[in-house]
Amino acid sequence: MSAGSIAELESLFGDYSLDHAFDEMREPNGELREHYSALAETLARLPKEELQRRKQSADISFLTQGITFTVYGRDEGTERIFPYDLLPRLITAREWEQIERGLTQRITALNHFLRDIYSEARILNEHVVPQDLVYSCKQFRRQMRGLQVPRNVYIAVIGSDLLRLNTGEFVVLEDNLRVPSGVSYMLTNRRVMKRTFPQLFHNYGVRPIERYPQLLLSTLRSLAPEGRPEPNIVLLTPGVFNSAYFEHTFLARQMGIDLVEGRDLVTHDNIVYMRTTDGLKRVDVIYRRVDDDFSDPLVFRSDSILGCAGLFNAYRAGNVTVTNAFGTGVADDKALYAYVPKIIRYYLGEEPILSNVETYLMTEEKERKHVLKNLDKLVVKAVGESGGYGMLIGPHSTAAQREEFARRIDANPRNYIAQPTLDFSRAPCLIGERLEPRHVDLRPYILFGDKVNIVPGGLTRVALEKGSLVVNSSQGGGSKDTWVLQD
Amino acid sequence: MLSRVADSLYWMSRYLERAENTVRQLDVTMNLMLDPGEATAETRWRRFVAALGKPPGLEWNGDLDAMARGLVFDASNHASVIYCVNCARENARQVREEISTEQWQMLNRLFHHTHSPSTQLQARDNLSDVLAGVQDGIHLFRGVSDATMIHGQGWQFIRLARYLERAYATATLLEVFYPEIMSPPDRGQSGFKYLEQVGLLRCCTAFEAYCQVYTADITADRILEFLVLNRDFPHAIRYCVDATSQAVDAIQRSGGRRPPEELRAVIGRLHAMLGYTTVGEILTGDAAAFLHSIRKQCMAIHEQIYHHYVHYSIQFALTV
Repeated sequence: MSAGSIAELESLFGDYSLDHAFDEMREPNGELREHYSALAETLARLPKEELQRRKQSADISFLTQGITFTVYGRDEGTERIFPYDLLPRLITAREWEQIERGLTQRITALNHFLRDIYSEARILNEHVVPQDLVYSCKQFRRQMRGLQVPRNVYIAVIGSDLLRLNTGEFVVLEDNLRVPSGVSYMLTNRRVMKRTFPQLFHNYGVRPIERYPQLLLSTLRSLAPEGRPEPNIVLLTPGVFNSAYFEHTFLARQMGIDLVEGRDLVTHDNIVYMRTTDGLKRVDVIYRRVDDDFSDPLVFRSDSILGCAGLFNAYRAGNVTVTNAFGTGVADDKALYAYVPKIIRYYLGEEPILSNVETYLMTEEKERKHVLKNLDKLVVKAVGESGGYGMLIGPHSTAAQREEFARRIDANPRNYIAQPTLDFSRAPCLIGERLEPRHVDLRPYILFGDKVNIVPGGLTRVALEKGSLVVNSSQGGGSKDTWVLQD
Repeated sequence: MLSRVADSLYWMSRYLERAENTVRQLDVTMNLMLDPGEATAETRWRRFVAALGKPPGLEWNGDLDAMARGLVFDASNHASVIYCVNCARENARQVREEISTEQWQMLNRLFHHTHSPSTQLQARDNLSDVLAGVQDGIHLFRGVSDATMIHGQGWQFIRLARYLERAYATATLLEVFYPEIMSPPDRGQSGFKYLEQVGLLRCCTAFEAYCQVYTADITADRILEFLVLNRDFPHAIRYCVDATSQAVDAIQRSGGRRPPEELRAVIGRLHAMLGYTTVGEILTGDAAAFLHSIRKQCMAIHEQIYHHYVHYSIQFALTV
């Protein structure tokens, strides 16, 4: 890089101070990491106005495409653009290779675990995982006991959250085994980025992700009930007021399958049909984006009208495949998470490739005492919550909040876990006219049908507020395109 | 196709057609008011509201400009253009996967255009430009729909809804204007009557088409003949009913296990009524009742569409 462009680069940096968190773009001594230098050079060469112009044109593209999500707790149907950052997050081939192997191992083990606890429960009988923990989990569905799941695949669609620690190591923060969302943002971000930085994209040699919808479709097809060679596959959505509705429509369209709501479905003699203009049509595979609780009022919550009455019986009869299966939430419970390394060793006899974040269980006397003493340094999470709700971030909390959480932990220790406050990695973002570092995580999307499939990349979520550690879209987070580089 | 999806496409299309109809009639009415004429602004406004089917909330209050802007931008008024656009988009959003990206983008653009503060500001200076902008948006959407969507059931439902809404709107319009245009010509030859008649044609974008068929020699019976019985002009009622009938046939061909006998009967009746009559017969008989009957039959067609494609009973569906 020439001296001139270094000067331009310096003027591009805003408040870009490095601290002990891992920086995706810069070495601890401030130099650019090798794979980021082409990106930085391109940015430095672009006139400021041009960068802003590209940002605006990308914004407009998101708005006219209606790529929005719905915010809860406001007026019904409030739509917002999903905030996103113009600069891609880069992952080298070597880093990705390890992530891919690690996730494949982890998901395979978790699927074994689900199959086991819903049949023989060997792992519980051998006391590798405490029985109490599983049976006290709100997401454990006794209705699933002894039920034959097609191809023994409980979790077909997964989105795991990874963080990068200050050592540069990727660790798993959370496995989303129920209805993970965000994959549509991964795909649309890529589409917009290709238009925004075509040349740069080309030069980098980025591995493609566009095949995801097709992979998802073949995954779903591979799980169809026996004797249905031309299965009718549908995506079940809670409807237009769901925050991920855009994604549901997007995926249905990309796969060319029908998007159905509970009210479109009827069951008769344990067969699920959908109401069409040509009469009733049999449904074979349901990609379910409705939580367990709301799926069938006869078996789960009786006050829900989002699902379809009789669905579970049709599923049990083997006439329809519903995926992900019911009751998979037990394996992404935040307390059970602490046992995942043991689960991997137990079923696969291998050492985990991706580590866990250190986790304190409040049900363990000693650990609870330690946590209660150190609430100001730790992050406390409710085990069943997601989306950044029900959390206490110790260093950013008030004394009153800490007292409140201490009381809640004492009242219901099973419901909480604690983890150290992680300084996870930061990546450069375009803030105003300059680059500033913001904390990022990574959510790769994993498909599990005939075999495990992970498209290279995922959704990089960004805590757009300075210093913030919360990346959830419902809490002011945004996203970035993720470029996995070829060798 | 899912019944719910057909339902949403149907209403998306009807609401857009309704918005366009309101925009065009409003534009023509405001334009007519520029000439002094015989009718006062109040009379014209009342007639205009009647031609929209007398929706509530549009009573004359003396401030014409504000009322006109309200009819465009007041989302709480269910007759307003913005309300129709909102409903169309909301319906489209619920079947986002069924329509093409281009359609969605076009509709979204129209939505954001009608909602933007700058459009509302512009409406204070030049409402006509704003109305033209909305019309363009709707035309673009229609063009993109024809060019980018599979001409399968979904498209046919869109078409069906458009022409049914249009037939109904034209019949309503004529019912209101019919006594007016049939009255004897103004003696002073001041040309106001001519303006009114042209206005009526313009409400259906029919002026130029009319001239091609009959020359600029405008008479009341020819207007009626053209707008009711012409089989080639897309805003004429007969054309609309033909198109509705074709759409139903196409929907039937593309899938239907169950022939829509009752639906076919109501459409066929209206089709025959328009196909085997002359304007002379209409005028010697009770023209008002004739126009009113068209509206009633349009409603019956709507009900049959619902009965057959959307709200059928499960028992019935299982036996066929």
